Amino acid sequence: MPDVDAIVVGAGPAGSCAAIVLARAGKRVVLIERGPFPGSKNMYGGVVYPRILDRLIPEWWLEAPVQRWITRRQTMIMTDTKALTIDFRSQAWGEPPYNGATAFRPDFDKWLADKAVEAGAELICSTTVTGLLHDSTGPDKRGRVSGVVTDRPDGELTASVVIACDGVNSFLAKQEGLYGELDAGNYTLGVKETLALPKETIDERFGVRGTDGVDIEIIGCSGDVNGGGFIYTNLDTIAVGLVLKLPKLAAQSKRPEELIASMKEHPAIAPLVEGGELKEYSAHLIPKAGIAMLPKLAADGLLITGDAAALCLAAGIWLEGVNFAIASGMYAGEAVVEALRNNDTSVAGLAGYQRRLESTFVLKDHRKLKRIPELVMSDRVQHLYPDLATSVVERMFRVDNPDPKPGLRRILNQERKRVGIRRRDLARDALDGLRGFS
Amino acid sequence: MSAANVGRDPAWPQIAFEDRIGTATFNVHHEAHIVVDGKVCADCSTRECIVACPANLFVPTSDGGILFNYEQCFECGTCYMVCNREGAITWNYPEGGHGVVFKLT
Repeated sequence: MPDVDAIVVGAGPAGSCAAIVLARAGKRVVLIERGPFPGSKNMYGGVVYPRILDRLIPEWWLEAPVQRWITRRQTMIMTDTKALTIDFRSQAWGEPPYNGATAFRPDFDKWLADKAVEAGAELICSTTVTGLLHDSTGPDKRGRVSGVVTDRPDGELTASVVIACDGVNSFLAKQEGLYGELDAGNYTLGVKETLALPKETIDERFGVRGTDGVDIEIIGCSGDVNGGGFIYTNLDTIAVGLVLKLPKLAAQSKRPEELIASMKEHPAIAPLVEGGELKEYSAHLIPKAGIAMLPKLAADGLLITGDAAALCLAAGIWLEGVNFAIASGMYAGEAVVEALRNNDTSVAGLAGYQRRLESTFVLKDHRKLKRIPELVMSDRVQHLYPDLATSVVERMFRVDNPDPKPGLRRILNQERKRVGIRRRDLARDALDGLRGFS
Repeated sequence: MSAANVGRDPAWPQIAFEDRIGTATFNVHHEAHIVVDGKVCADCSTRECIVACPANLFVPTSDGGILFNYEQCFECGTCYMVCNREGAITWNYPEGGHGVVFKLT
């Protein structure tokens, strides 16, 4: 007889939501967190889209520890001296049920883990899971997953099912062989500065009031490294950072904090961030390749969720992860409840998990946008198109009297040649982009 | 950086790396969670870890080795991901309750 029905490894959004579902179904569930409190190891780009929480915590917005609600969203394309910004605002996003919010993960994740505890899950912090236990029965020597080993004295715990929500480095998924050969090209490093500024200064610089907030995503600000930048407003801090493709980062000479410093000096960014006092510097890996790196999601007695399953959407204008973690954790919990009811926690018995992911946004969004992560990280999108786009716009708005205005087609052709993009590459990328997003 | 920024005074003082990393909280365990085998690193010419580690934990030494310190580590995994040398980096999480403690991110 196993010690408990389910062990959930990692009390991030995926783990806590899996635990909420299991505990509410009356299952004995233990939620193990290696940090001193849930969220203490977690860092992210900065915006959470929590609508999926409607399913678990109705009117979550009344109590979730949020910094600001995103009502203004900018996409910025830049070169060293130019910037082209698409600026969108919606006041509807500043009212229930909201759209996106900035929040500190140590606050948000702790709040969500408290919900699991309220539901009856047992939360054990400051405990690192060091490996999976296996049943020695079964057809081969190493049988099904039967529990976990922790770094506590006598730290073995057995369960009918283990749900690994142990994040981007998921050693449990790797131990179980759910990932193939590890490819650093599938990962990016996120580095971030949290900078303190008076709330009034933030409101003024970013053009918002009250708890309305701004999310700026930037391409062309990461030096020679393929990646992207971001600026988010919290209540009285702002987050400024970069997402950097690992092999490119490792193959050049500027360190992450130097790349952030260069980005902050850009004439379009400096006025927003200057004077900000560094309150916390942080870093985390991100699984960036989408469906191309999707591991096997289950083994006998084991499911993997969230970042551990690479369920993070990095598709250019869409950068989402916490919502995918919440949903995959919730669906893993439901699938385990179903498997326990049917007394079958083999891969076949746990198939309800993959079925749920396939029929909802979790894998539908990933499959729909499968071409986008690679396209966004391509050299042309990263280095050539920002130059092309900003140069074309500069020439459109530049008044070169006594010369008459040149036609758009002529500008486009001249700039395309100057930047060095072949016509057919441009056409192919445009088509890929259209197909990829449609 | 660009022509526009040449000679421009930065709008904020440059912050020393010790001060930068000092803004994060680390509950250091006496045992190292990451072990770097200097013998393997000694004949590595690419040394991706030195530029990529966001916590700047890999420092080249004058005798051609690499000095590694585990104490102020973000536990991000970048080093073992970019490392091209089998066996150079042995990577684990710190003992439960130890290591980095994020607060404002």
